[in-house]
Amino acid sequence: MNRVKNILLAGVGGQGILLASEILSEALMLAGFDVKKAEVHGMAQRGGNVVSHVRYGDKVFSPTIPDGEVDILFGFELLETARNLDQLGTEGVVIANTLKLAPPSVSIGKEAYPAGLAEKILEKVPNAKIIDGMGLAQQAGDARTVNIVLLGALSTTMDLDEAIWQQAMEKMIPERLLEVNKAAFALGQSA
Amino acid sequence: MTKTILSGNEAIARAAFEAGVKVASAYPGTPSTEILENVVQYPSIDASWAPNEKVALEVGIGASFGGARALVTMKHVGVNVAADPLFTLSYTGVRGGLVLVVADDPELHSSQNEQDSRNYAKFAKVPMFEPSDSQEALEFTRLAFEASEKFDAPVMLRSTTRISHSKSVVTTGDPVTDLPETGLEKNPPKFVMLPGNARKRHYVVEQRLEEMADWACDQPFNRIEEGEGDVGIITAGIAYQYAKEVFPNAPVLKLGLVHPLPKQLIRDFAARFKTIYVIEELDPFIEEQLRAMGIEVHGKDKLSLCGELSTSRVRQGLLGEALKPETQEDLPPRPPNMCPGCPHRGVFLALNRLKAYVTGDIGCYTLGFMPPLSAMDTCICMGASIGNAVGISKVLSDDERKKVVGVIGDSTFLHTGVNGLLDMVYNQSTATVIILDNRITAMTGRQDNPASGYTLMNQEAPEVDLEGLCKSIGVKHVKTIDPYELDLTRETIREEMERPEPSVIITRRPCMLMKRPVVERKQPLFVDGDRCTGCKVCLNLGCPAIEWDAEAGKRGQAKVNKFLCVGCDQCRQVCKFDAFGVCDE
Repeated sequence: MNRVKNILLAGVGGQGILLASEILSEALMLAGFDVKKAEVHGMAQRGGNVVSHVRYGDKVFSPTIPDGEVDILFGFELLETARNLDQLGTEGVVIANTLKLAPPSVSIGKEAYPAGLAEKILEKVPNAKIIDGMGLAQQAGDARTVNIVLLGALSTTMDLDEAIWQQAMEKMIPERLLEVNKAAFALGQSA
Repeated sequence: MTKTILSGNEAIARAAFEAGVKVASAYPGTPSTEILENVVQYPSIDASWAPNEKVALEVGIGASFGGARALVTMKHVGVNVAADPLFTLSYTGVRGGLVLVVADDPELHSSQNEQDSRNYAKFAKVPMFEPSDSQEALEFTRLAFEASEKFDAPVMLRSTTRISHSKSVVTTGDPVTDLPETGLEKNPPKFVMLPGNARKRHYVVEQRLEEMADWACDQPFNRIEEGEGDVGIITAGIAYQYAKEVFPNAPVLKLGLVHPLPKQLIRDFAARFKTIYVIEELDPFIEEQLRAMGIEVHGKDKLSLCGELSTSRVRQGLLGEALKPETQEDLPPRPPNMCPGCPHRGVFLALNRLKAYVTGDIGCYTLGFMPPLSAMDTCICMGASIGNAVGISKVLSDDERKKVVGVIGDSTFLHTGVNGLLDMVYNQSTATVIILDNRITAMTGRQDNPASGYTLMNQEAPEVDLEGLCKSIGVKHVKTIDPYELDLTRETIREEMERPEPSVIITRRPCMLMKRPVVERKQPLFVDGDRCTGCKVCLNLGCPAIEWDAEAGKRGQAKVNKFLCVGCDQCRQVCKFDAFGVCDE
């Protein structure tokens, strides 16, 4: 049996993490894997940090990733990416967004947004891919497609057919938003 | 038969459709809310939000007594509210199958306690299934309806956050077709629980449990997975997944029905092994019953009574592996916060400034506890704020009594807060109550309620007149204000705190996230660098859209994140230096 692979999505409520993890899970199911994903809803989503666990393989038991066994850390916000850095296993991969969102203690001036986070990530994972998701989303035509830009970047580290990603997006994204999202996905792939 | 990825909640909704459920009723509560939100896609089911869990169960009971299959869903603490009908429903039994889904929240991701609902099954003497993934959530829900009718009992199905909110691959089935017709059918000895009838029904209840325990010994939902070694594992629900992950080759007795337990099956399994591990989340529910049967087990001596289990925590408890740190501790935390433009924000700023003692309640506004607003002093359960305010007022000096303000949301007020207000007026308490009326049940994801003007099925409905309701109870002083007007809000609260009579302030302004009608976002504000003195007063609002720029100006300046700002204007009102302006279109 192949080892189960673990992807951890990390960011802030409202960044479109749930949609990204839905498309990812759908694509993995279409590719024939057993898939489980887990996240929490409710109070945690009110501007708090959000994680979504996606696991796939021949047979997946726990829907949550065991501590320290993340294969791909998929970060939507820099601080939240750094927060979960210790969850990476050896040979873990990082795909992250350059975006910084101030947590409350920073907003109210009690402390500064931590400096050098990108450097810290690169120090631990030298081949980490940290991209300007927001810039590319704006280039695609809609700042809200940042989650799909990042998904495009993630897709280059995974061995799934392009057709499967397209099929998963077509299923999960409303038709009127499909074109701009596909453009965002393509920009993420070439980032 | 289609393969699809479903959350546990979606799978339960699908099962309700496949089982031919006619009526579904619930009060929203994380992590159960999405069950009814998904039931709505099946037009054969009459789905509705009830004002509280007790009513939801009573609606379900009525539908069952009319001959229909009924689904009732709630979060764990909802069962406390619904416990009264539940315990007697156990005696009457059902006509159409009735399934009560309860979603527990180990780890308190979005709850005020982490009670283990399996105890309710034992306490109320009703059967309880517990699925371990979405496929079982679907299959066990269907099974629960069949068992409900076979054994003439309400059946509980226990989910947890990791079942309800995890997605896994599910093969769906076809709907049943041969259910009996609904209609009136009188049966007073069974359905009228006067002592004379209830006494007889209690014997039926006890016998039913014994029969089920025997039946459960050879049902496929309680199964043995053979393996190697001299340690046998007994587990159920999500804990089964962690057990399999940590001990992939061990023999496992996986229980699908956690009450009543299949005693003979357990005895036979346990007799084969030198050591038995019971792997279960929260209480030693299975463990204690096994000990009572004289079976020695390891369980809560190695696994925590608190919080949820995980693969890592099972490894730590049973294999002695050290836990890895969960997150980097030196980084600033990101707790949940009220949204930009939240109409609750100004109310809590005023309560903070007035040094009120705030008895709080359950909803988004519980976040009024968080700094910098820091204006909540108690939070117990749905509807508790008003009773708490009445009680504490009884034991305070005249001066201190003025400080007491109960704060409650519109949906929570209608849930069980009205009862507290009845007490407050009837017993002439002088506390002040603020109803934060944001027109929706916001925390759980914007569900409709009796004051919102719509039903779960998106039909228009009469709106409760909150002012009229308070007045009819006997509150003479009911004031309605717009909480975006900060001076008025503070002045009104100050006046009513002083008043030596019961008073209610309704702060009315729709939640910024409302979809119907959509709440319009206004032009974002900006900070004029020439005027901002860096006094930080605006930061006291705790608005996520206002950030501190330590480098700007002489001693730092506020700045507005225009992507987050919705133009609510509260920051402009608190600024003493007129530093906030509105961006041009």
